[in-house]
Amino acid sequence: MENPVVEVKNLEIGYDKTVVLKDISFSVEPGEIFVILGGSGCGKSTLLKHIIGLYNPFKGEILIYGESIVKADENEKRRMMKSFGVTYQGGALFGSLTVGENISLVLEEHTNHSKDEIDKIVDEKLSLVDMDKFRNYMPSEISGGMRKRAGIARAMALDPKLLFFDEPSAGLDPITSAELDRLILDLSKKSGATMVIVTHELDSIFTVADRVIMLDSNSKTMVAEGKPQTLLENPPIPRVKEFLTRSGLKRKHYCD
Amino acid sequence: MTGRRKRALIHLADATLKFGKDCTDLLSFTGELADCLYHAVKNPKKIRWRETLYYMDMCGSDALPIVGAICFLMGLILGFQTAVQMAKYGGDIYTADLVAYSITKELGALMVAMIATGRAGSAFAAEIGTMKVSEEIDAMATMGFVPFRFLVVPKIIAMVTVIPILTVFGDIAGIFGGFIVGTLKLGIPAITYFNRTIEVLTAMAFVQGIVKSAVFALIIGCVGCMRGFQSSCDAQGVGRSATSAVVTSIFMVVIADAVLTFLFTSLGY
Repeated sequence: MENPVVEVKNLEIGYDKTVVLKDISFSVEPGEIFVILGGSGCGKSTLLKHIIGLYNPFKGEILIYGESIVKADENEKRRMMKSFGVTYQGGALFGSLTVGENISLVLEEHTNHSKDEIDKIVDEKLSLVDMDKFRNYMPSEISGGMRKRAGIARAMALDPKLLFFDEPSAGLDPITSAELDRLILDLSKKSGATMVIVTHELDSIFTVADRVIMLDSNSKTMVAEGKPQTLLENPPIPRVKEFLTRSGLKRKHYCD
Repeated sequence: MTGRRKRALIHLADATLKFGKDCTDLLSFTGELADCLYHAVKNPKKIRWRETLYYMDMCGSDALPIVGAICFLMGLILGFQTAVQMAKYGGDIYTADLVAYSITKELGALMVAMIATGRAGSAFAAEIGTMKVSEEIDAMATMGFVPFRFLVVPKIIAMVTVIPILTVFGDIAGIFGGFIVGTLKLGIPAITYFNRTIEVLTAMAFVQGIVKSAVFALIIGCVGCMRGFQSSCDAQGVGRSATSAVVTSIFMVVIADAVLTFLFTSLGY
């Protein structure tokens, strides 16, 4: 069996002195689509920001490819960060650069490719997310969904084998959201990359997730881990079932 | 101890702690900046020249009209006030001395710094603060970039380059303001006023103003960027950081001006 790509051990995290989550332990296996789910304000994005090394936890350990990002100094952290890609809620494209420049910047800074090679890679990445026609657009000139897709293309610029997504479908209409889910599945199949997704969109979870953990704001810890369908059928606590079925009930209600 | 005294003491302690934290933040910011500038000097190719030129344009050429207008008016006001006093003693011609010295040694650099604080300092804080809100700074960090190199170095290079040039422009505009008063109100012949100004002005007076303006530019750039990085991730936080950048910059520019004036005077200039 291969070593886990991400390992989180007995993590306790928060801001200032306030604990947001504690006793968090899980591992992400190579090639799987792993979803961190939970209600609004339960600390999903905070957990993600700790995993990718933006913040240091109060306690515990985070290993990326077996290497501790918690104990790494700034230079080591920077080196580790180059080994994975991150997409943010709003895309986080640099507003002063075009969509194409956002991607080429990563390549200019971290590779020795010639300008022509960089241009070719940028085109490739943009066509992967169906954004090749928008290469010369400024981020302010494209829609929220497009910004997220461009953000994915930028995260994939260095062909990382590990990708993190922070709320990829937040704020999108159901059709765009479903398209983005299909894009994630497609990218996972084509690149074989491991993906860690933070979301509370149940449709996305059931579409893309191989395995999930669920966080709970009341107990400030993870309350479930497993395949989404298994958790739906055999929830460890009622709250998990309640969370996983609520959107189903709502959908049924609206359809009726 | 009465409740009012206790509250006053608590406020004083809070303010002292806040001031202390501001000072340590500025020190650590300056240290990080020095490290980045050292790397920039070692690898000039790694400097973001396109951004640097953009900020030079924004802080320099875009500010020319307002700098020209304010410094011209400052020279005009100074000329009028001086003329009124000097006329009492029949020393009208000394208006040229006072205007030239005050503008080049002090007021030119100070006025340009005030304009740069309002235009660039607040803009830097708001820009970096907004980038924090939209997670662009987090994105930079997770892409393995040093946000300082991208966001601070181009702004500081631009400021330290263009603010002294703006100051020279401001000096000329200010002296011209005094010239208008001298020739039109006091009736001093244009050539006499001009010759007197050239006669009394020394190169060192200009140099003092330019050195001061470079220091002010560094302060305004650093404070603007630092306040941007300290901004909280909401719209109000960005607004507060822009305001704070202006207030802190003005305060620090005035302190730096006092220190530099004392230093130059002690050295006999």
